[in-house]
Amino acid sequence: MPLISVKNLEKIYADDGISTPALRGVSFDIEKGGFIAIMGPSGSGKSTLLHILGFLDRQTGGTYLFDGKAIDDYNDLGLAHVRNKKMGFVFQTFNLLARSSVLDNVKLPLLYSDVPESQWDGLALKSIESVGLSNRLAHDPSQLSGGERQRVAIARALVLDPEVLFADEPTGNLDSKSGQLVMETIQRLNEEHHHTIILITHETYTAEHAERILRIHDGRIESDTAVKRRRNGNIFVK
Amino acid sequence: MIIKYVVKTSLSGLRAHKSRSLLTILGIVIGIAAIILVMSLGQGAQSLILSQIQAIGPRTIVVIPGRQPTGLTNILSTFTDSLKDRDLAALENKNNVPHLDTIMPVLFGGETASFGNNAYRPTVFGVTSLFAKIYNVYPSVGRLFNDDEVKSYSSVAIIGSKVKKQLFGNDDAIGQKIRIKNQSFRVIGVFSNSGQSSFLNFDEAAIIPYTTAQQYVFGIKYFHRLVVEADSEADVPQTVEDIKITLRNLHNITDPSKDDFFVETQAQAMAIAGTVTSVFTLFVAAVAAISLLVGGIGIMNIMLVSVTERTKEIGLRKALGATERDILAQFLLEATILTATGGIGGILLGSSLSFITALILSKILGLGWLYSFPVAGAIWGLAVAASVGLVFGIYPALHAARLNPVDALRYE
Repeated sequence: MPLISVKNLEKIYADDGISTPALRGVSFDIEKGGFIAIMGPSGSGKSTLLHILGFLDRQTGGTYLFDGKAIDDYNDLGLAHVRNKKMGFVFQTFNLLARSSVLDNVKLPLLYSDVPESQWDGLALKSIESVGLSNRLAHDPSQLSGGERQRVAIARALVLDPEVLFADEPTGNLDSKSGQLVMETIQRLNEEHHHTIILITHETYTAEHAERILRIHDGRIESDTAVKRRRNGNIFVK
Repeated sequence: MIIKYVVKTSLSGLRAHKSRSLLTILGIVIGIAAIILVMSLGQGAQSLILSQIQAIGPRTIVVIPGRQPTGLTNILSTFTDSLKDRDLAALENKNNVPHLDTIMPVLFGGETASFGNNAYRPTVFGVTSLFAKIYNVYPSVGRLFNDDEVKSYSSVAIIGSKVKKQLFGNDDAIGQKIRIKNQSFRVIGVFSNSGQSSFLNFDEAAIIPYTTAQQYVFGIKYFHRLVVEADSEADVPQTVEDIKITLRNLHNITDPSKDDFFVETQAQAMAIAGTVTSVFTLFVAAVAAISLLVGGIGIMNIMLVSVTERTKEIGLRKALGATERDILAQFLLEATILTATGGIGGILLGSSLSFITALILSKILGLGWLYSFPVAGAIWGLAVAASVGLVFGIYPALHAARLNPVDALRYE
């Protein structure tokens, strides 16, 4: 059974009587442990797709099965539980809590989990260590560089060891060196820890870290291809 | 989410936006303090007015010459000369007014008083020695004049503290000669700073025998008032009737509507004052209601803005696994902490401000002003602040929590 399965997914934004279709019937499956990059020009619907997959938005047509269960079958509590326990999000704009330390930011998902408080610090520290920011625990996000902020966001997304990590243009606001570091971190998560990764990007060299690239144009899937020569760091492998 | 984490989250949420939290609290503090101040001062003023009227004494009846004014146009008709020595004599007669205990003629008017190069314009009262008992004011230095001095047209005066200060400064005034309207008066007594009593300000008065006042100061043969005290409060209505009958007979008046005098009692004054103070109470309540409204709108605005501003944070929390209930609990507690802190601060600030004001009014201005804590005002203020604070602290949070997380996250 695939982890994620969408069929004829549609999303139409209705604003002041003007309806704008963003997704016009999209179908694909993603297996557990997969690493897929979704590419497309801006306005193609790739972000909308990621938001629906990540339970942050609802489709207006078609079906979406996560772990075999349709999104419409979840209530508020169920949605919150899946977002908390099974999904991790990394946003292009980081979305860290200002005026809260790195440690507190990473601990935020734990607040809404059933993990006992005695384990919070341990989990958060481990997650921060995995993105190489152990020396920045007490810093405010405003005292960090863009790349460091995005790694804090990754640490936050990973703190509850989710099954799938959604990354919405995680390198979009970063310089190439910081972006490279973030991509290496994400790739390691997939290869060493077998997290399922769904990544949005419009840069081909970023997408080439994935094993599969889904190209979207005008709300439809244009192509769905396996990556023959994957990047590892700055070099191609295989 | 466990309650302990709700508390922690709310506190860290408030700490993360320190200045916003402080401004919100300040808004609530000011709103509630304003209500308490207004209500406390209103109550103080009201009880001051009532106590002043009560100071006249319930046995007191005042006979005033002229027709009772019924409006602004005929108010001048009060200043007539219908009360003279023969009226005084007729009223003193026990056969005419059996329950009359005391009667005192009163004359008054502003006149210039001088000592050396110093001059002041006090209100000169021509009275008998009874005035001290009726108005409960006694000289702190020197003495009152006696009946013999009244009968013999003595030129003696008791002056108020302010008059003494203006004419003599810190020097001793007793035994000194002052001039009132070219007549020389010997100062025999000085009132201490007594404050106002019964609407009469004795601090700015010079008290002289009424005989002297008629003869040498005002140059008239009639009285401005006759102040009567009945034997007891129960005798007041009968005494009023007796006074009216006696004076009508003397003045050959058969139709009461043609009376050339009228009679006032404390009961009437209280009735009039009751109307005045109930209007005053309404006014104070209206001002308090407006402050409540303004304070409420202030609290509403700051809550609405500060919670709406955090829509993005709410979206993020939901994306990380918060339920609607988690969000609501956090913002409910934040709003509760803000309104409770602001409410307590407002009550403290409002009551200390009104206490200080009462202190200033009573100590410095010498008014008999009493501080009172407006319980109703405090309860209303708290209730409005709490309900407005909670509704407008929670409503936008609830609205944001019900959005799809992505819509909340997109909020700018």
